[in-house]
Parts: sequence; C-alpha cells; structure tokens
Amino acid sequence: MKKIDIEGLHQQFKKELIKEKRKISIIQLFILVIFLFLWEVASQQYWIDPLIFSSPRKIWDLLITNFFDGTLWPHLYTTLFETILGFIIGTLFGTILATILWWFPFTAKVLDPYLVVLNSMPKVALGPILIVAIGPTMTSIIAMGVIISIIITTIVVYTAFREVDPNFLKVLQTFRATRWQMFKEAILPSSFPVIISTLKVNVGLSWVGVIVGEFLVSKQGLGYLIIYGFQVFNFTLVLMALVIIAIFATVMYKGVELIEKQLIKNN
Amino acid sequence: MGFLDVIDVSHIYFSKESTTTALLDVSFTVDKGEFISLLGPSGCGKTTLLSIISGLIEPTFGTITLENERVGTNNRHIGYMLQQDYLFPWKTIEENILLGLKLMSRLDQQTRKTALALLEKMGLYNVEDKYPKELSGGMRQRVALVRTLATEPKVLLLDEPFSALDFQTKLKLEDLVFNTLKQFNKTAILVTHDIGEAIAMSDRIYLFSKRPGTIVREFTVPDELRHLEPFQARNHPTYNDLFQIIWEELNELEKN
Ligand SMILES: Nc1ncnc2c1ncn2[C@@H]1O[C@H](COP(=O)(O)OP(=O)(O)OP(=O)(O)O)[C@@H](O)[C@H]1O
Ligand SMILES: [Mg+2]
Repeated sequence: MKKIDIEGLHQQFKKELIKEKRKISIIQLFILVIFLFLWEVASQQYWIDPLIFSSPRKIWDLLITNFFDGTLWPHLYTTLFETILGFIIGTLFGTILATILWWFPFTAKVLDPYLVVLNSMPKVALGPILIVAIGPTMTSIIAMGVIISIIITTIVVYTAFREVDPNFLKVLQTFRATRWQMFKEAILPSSFPVIISTLKVNVGLSWVGVIVGEFLVSKQGLGYLIIYGFQVFNFTLVLMALVIIAIFATVMYKGVELIEKQLIKNN
Repeated sequence: MGFLDVIDVSHIYFSKESTTTALLDVSFTVDKGEFISLLGPSGCGKTTLLSIISGLIEPTFGTITLENERVGTNNRHIGYMLQQDYLFPWKTIEENILLGLKLMSRLDQQTRKTALALLEKMGLYNVEDKYPKELSGGMRQRVALVRTLATEPKVLLLDEPFSALDFQTKLKLEDLVFNTLKQFNKTAILVTHDIGEAIAMSDRIYLFSKRPGTIVREFTVPDELRHLEPFQARNHPTYNDLFQIIWEELNELEKN
C-alpha cells in the first residue's frame, strides 16, 4: 500500500493558505498607497482642484495639529457618544418592539401597515421636527440616530422571529413550555444571526442619523465640522472629518463582528 | 376504562379555502406497559392523532384520558418524539437532553445524572459537550429519544422515529428502544410505515383507513413474538404469516 504523508500535505496546505492571505494584504496595502500617492500628485499638479479635493498631506497635517492642540477631541467624543448611544438604543428597542409584536400577534397584524409606512418614510426628514420638539440638543441628535434604525430593526427582527422553524416550538410544546420559555429557548437564539446582521446595518444607519442631526443642530461633533468646513470653504477640514468617520465606523463594524463570533459559535 | 383511552376522536382542519377531515371516530384503549403501533396509508391522520393524544392540538370532537383524567395542553406525563429529531443546533447534546427537565423546572443533580446515564445506555459516550451537527443521523435520533425519555413520561409517543435511518441502524435501535421501554415498563404508541417494525415491536397493531382515518382492523401480536427482541422476532416463522396478512389488508385499503 502506498504511504501517504498526510502531515506533510496538511503543512503544505496551511502554508499555501498563509501565502494567499499575505498576497491579499500586500495588494490591499498597495492599492491604498497608490491611491494616496495619486491623490497627492494630482492635487499638487492641479489635475484636480486642491481647494475642493485637498490632499492627503494637508489632511494629515490638519489632523495632527487639531489632535495635539486638543480642538478635535470634543467633536470626536460628542459624535462617538451620540452614535454609540443611538446605535445601542435603536437596536435594543427595535428588538424589544419585535418581541412585543411576536408576543401579541394580533397587535402585530393591526400595526403592520403603520410599520410599513414608517419604514418607507425617509426618517431624516423628521429631523427639523425633532429639533423643534426636543430642542437643538444632544438628545435630539441621539433621537435621530435612534429613529433611523429602530423601525427597520423591528421589522427585520420580527420577521426573523416568525420564521423560526415551528418544529422547534413544537418540541418545546411537548415539554409544555410557556411562551416566555419558547422565546428564550428557541425564538431568540435562532434569530441571533439576523440580529447580528441588523447590528451591522445599524452601525451605518446610526452614523447617518447622527451626522445629519449634527448638520441640523450645528453645535459640535464631526457632522458640525463638515458643515462648518463647507460654509467656510475649508474642504481639508471636511475631508479630515470624513476620514475620522470612516475609521471609527470601521472600528464599530469590527466590534460587531467580534460580538458575532462570540454569539454564534455553533450555528 | 384502561390506562390511556382515546374516545370518539374526530379531527377537522379548517383553512380559508377548504376543510380536511383527518380523523373520524377513532377510539381505542391502551393498557399500562403496552406497546401499540399505528399503521396506515400516508396522510391518513397518524401524526394528527399523536398530536391530539399528546395534547398539542385539541380534537374537534372526542376526548383523551390518561388514568381517567382528561389530557389537556398541560399534561406532563406524555412524551412525544416528533417525526424528525429537531435537536437545537445551538445547544450541546447535554443541554439538549436536559431541555425538558429544565422547562419543567425539574432539573437537579439527580435527574441530570439519570439523563446522562440514559445517554450511555443508548451507546452514546463522550458526546455531552458536542453539538448536534457533529453527530450522525442515528446518534441524533437516539439523543432525541433520550431527550424525550429524560422527563420520565408515563406514555411515549413515537412518530416514525426510525424512518430516516439505514436498515442496520434501524434494527439496532429497534432492539435498544424495545429493551429500554420494557425495562421501565413504559406505555408506548408508535407510528410507522414499516409493517415489519410494527410486528416486531408491538403488542397490538391498529390499521387505519385512508383519509379520513378510522381504525379498520386490530391485530394482536401472538405471544411467541411479543416477548422476543425485535431482531429475533423478525426471524420467527409466525412473523411472516402476520406480515402477509397485514400486507394484504394494507394493499386492499390503498386500492379503494
Ligand atoms: N396543520 C394542518 N392544516 C391543514 N391540514 C392538515 C394539517 N396537518 C395535516 N393536515 C392534513 O391532514 C391529513 C392528515 O395529516 P397527518 O400529518 O396526520 O397524516 P399522517 O398519517 O401522519 O401522514 P404521513 O404518514 O405521511 O406522515 C393530511 O391530509 C394533511 O394534509
Ligand atoms: Mg405523519
């Protein structure tokens, strides 16, 4: 019989995986470097208007300056706080609302058309009303972050609750489970994947809500920096705020991915 | 009155477009420790009947009594193993088999030990911390059985528990289930499509007509087969005789 060197083959297989991963990382880095380089050159050579498109170097310099003289911090804190809070409240309350709908199917049927209308409406359009009603404060900005994600969370999570394999519920029923037990043992755990993917969507949505809110309230925060930069025609400032938003939105997204790995190890 | 009584049960399913009469005037009695099989054409209402006996659905007409008490949706003495295993994929095997005990607030050191011992009795070793997807179909079926048995029901309802298994596994599991039930003197009702399985495992067999399902014949399995393990029963000469009779009856039913 032929002797197969399984260990050796496995090693080779792993080596190849690592090789591919490294290759991908290198190309990704390369694209970024080329992009920044072209941007810088295009700006310096006036192929693009440096007043509008600024340049990586100018953005970097501004970032460093604002970072060390402390002027950036309050804006960063404010926006991060608002976004994270809007995100958590939107997701949490959306899930709680979905639970209520699941618990009272009749209510769910009654509310269905209203949810559809609320969901199709562009929620940022409610901004001015919110600000007048609550006042031009942080609360109304957080409220923007919440309303933009809460309805869609409710709908998506509720749909997931309803699509749980009824046979799991039947198994629980054979053990005479209460409705709460059914929720805890089957409905919620089997909907975790859907809840996680709404978390991912909500990261983006709450950023939208908060930035728009800051546009409107115009007091503090990265959204305020963007509007301010736009008004004084300082596009380096606008782009700097955008870069920071991109970085922190990515960090939040990665955070959600970490939670995902924790929650659904075995699905 | 027997141990478990099914009294004049009829069931009709209603939907917006139509009504389906699934069962018509079904009555029978099961004694304690008896093993009953239900045989009948597909769609004749066997699963419906088990769901009614277990209290999962209310029959349109009729009643079920266990030890002379009406069976409602809250009955904890009837264990029901569904047509497929439906183990919870996000729970370990241990969590799965303890589920019933947990839901009934009966989980303690003692019941937990009993349940885990049952797992070993079914020939499943060192699987407690595994997840269902790591187990084969036959193993999962056994886990589902342990899950049902763990709550120590007085009556066990089995809906085609072996139909998804290969022949060899099926024969082994038949023996295992037979012995386990006999040891604990459990009462059981088995739904199956397999005439041989019905003969090999049961004390009595009820034959159902096409929909709406009613009982058309009752067969009592001869004593010499009853006490044999299913595998040996299948090799007994009397087995073939009974098989022929039921086979012809079933064919006759499917013709009309
Ligand atoms: N929830 C339901 N709503 C409406 N009709 C149903 C429902 N469940 C079953 N039926 C109908 O009732 C009849 C009996 O179904 P049941 O599942 O009890 O049959 P069965 O004997 O178990 O069939 P099989 O051997 O194929 O499992 C079938 O005609 C089926 O279509
Ligand atoms: Mg069935």
